[in-house]
Amino acid sequence: MTKLPPTARRLGLVACHRCHLLCRQAEGPADCPRCGAPLHSRKPNSVARTWAFVLSAMVFYIPANVLPVMYTTSLGAVQSDTIMSGVIYFINSGSWPIALVIFIASVFVPMLKLLILSFLLISVQRHWQWRPVDRTRMYRITEAIGRWSMLDIYVVTILVALVHLGALANIEAGLGAPFFAAVVVVTMLAAESFDPRLIWDGMEDSNDGPN
Amino acid sequence: MKTPHLIACHECDLVHQLGAVPPGGSARCARCGSPLYRPKRDSINRTLALTMTGLFLFIIANTNPFLGFKIGAEIRETILATGIYQLYQQDMKMIATVVLFTVVIVPALSLVSMLYILVPLQLNLVPRHLAKVFRMLFFIKPWGMMEIFMLGILVSAVKLGKMATIIPGVALFAFLALIFVQAAMAVTLDSHLIWEQLNRHQ
Repeated sequence: MTKLPPTARRLGLVACHRCHLLCRQAEGPADCPRCGAPLHSRKPNSVARTWAFVLSAMVFYIPANVLPVMYTTSLGAVQSDTIMSGVIYFINSGSWPIALVIFIASVFVPMLKLLILSFLLISVQRHWQWRPVDRTRMYRITEAIGRWSMLDIYVVTILVALVHLGALANIEAGLGAPFFAAVVVVTMLAAESFDPRLIWDGMEDSNDGPN
Repeated sequence: MKTPHLIACHECDLVHQLGAVPPGGSARCARCGSPLYRPKRDSINRTLALTMTGLFLFIIANTNPFLGFKIGAEIRETILATGIYQLYQQDMKMIATVVLFTVVIVPALSLVSMLYILVPLQLNLVPRHLAKVFRMLFFIKPWGMMEIFMLGILVSAVKLGKMATIIPGVALFAFLALIFVQAAMAVTLDSHLIWEQLNRHQ
């Protein structure tokens, strides 16, 4: 039998989520004696909450990409743009770097994030032993990159504010935009509710033998 | 600094006995490699200086036009608030709220609460409700997205550059500087040190 690593939980301790103070595990719900944040050994209902956010983000992801995020009216002609058509516009007009930035921020990152979180959730639920250090690292990456997807929402805001020339040219936000903002917000909430310590719990639980 | 003390890794829950870490150094988890503790040099002093700079830049960034463009003889300029207002008018209230929150409210609240915490600490006092304010700061932190907004300005400028002449405004430079100031604040802030002040308080 391998020696079990001394985790806070195994030692009957709880680390405060906010100020990182190590406290003794209380019987019922308790607050951190130093900063007053509620103490939990693990984030409460982490797996169920994260799944709920991941699944709703997946649902929002479809209208976010299919519906137009922006309408451009220019001399009476209306043109609608989805996120992908915005990327294609930049490719066609020769702005490769910008096209790449938008594609990565708006299409690739949200998808990658949803895939990684689903993978981590399944791995935790099935007590996988596969490379916990890399899985923790994957989680850290997801947490860090998610916010960058907000880029397109800001571009729409700025264009709407600037291009307001009456009959000459006008830009309005489309229905895809709120869905897209929802995807970004909900995936950020998903990353926040996932507890990476569950990855390591899974490793230890199976050291205890089958359960 | 009190040494040694126990600390649990935030990401894998492994407990470590933390010895003295020199300022500017960092302690990492032996199992998963996450940072455990990074003491900073002259933290309160430097962070306070940056916070004050940040607050000035923030005011400039929000009261001046960030982008103007010229079609024929007409020059259009916009400040951040106009964009949010236009969205609100177009019945895109949800997006208007998200933008207002992530680009204006959160950054403003972060700067002001940092000031609220750091000025008394600098004077060797412990501010009232330090724990509540500092906790709130951590809670809202991921939702401040000014650096992304900055990238948004650049993308919009490229997009509009085809239609008209783009005139960068004062706020654009203030935004740019503010992003560097914020990044520097993240480096100089020693949150551990601030939580320790609460031990003193009790």
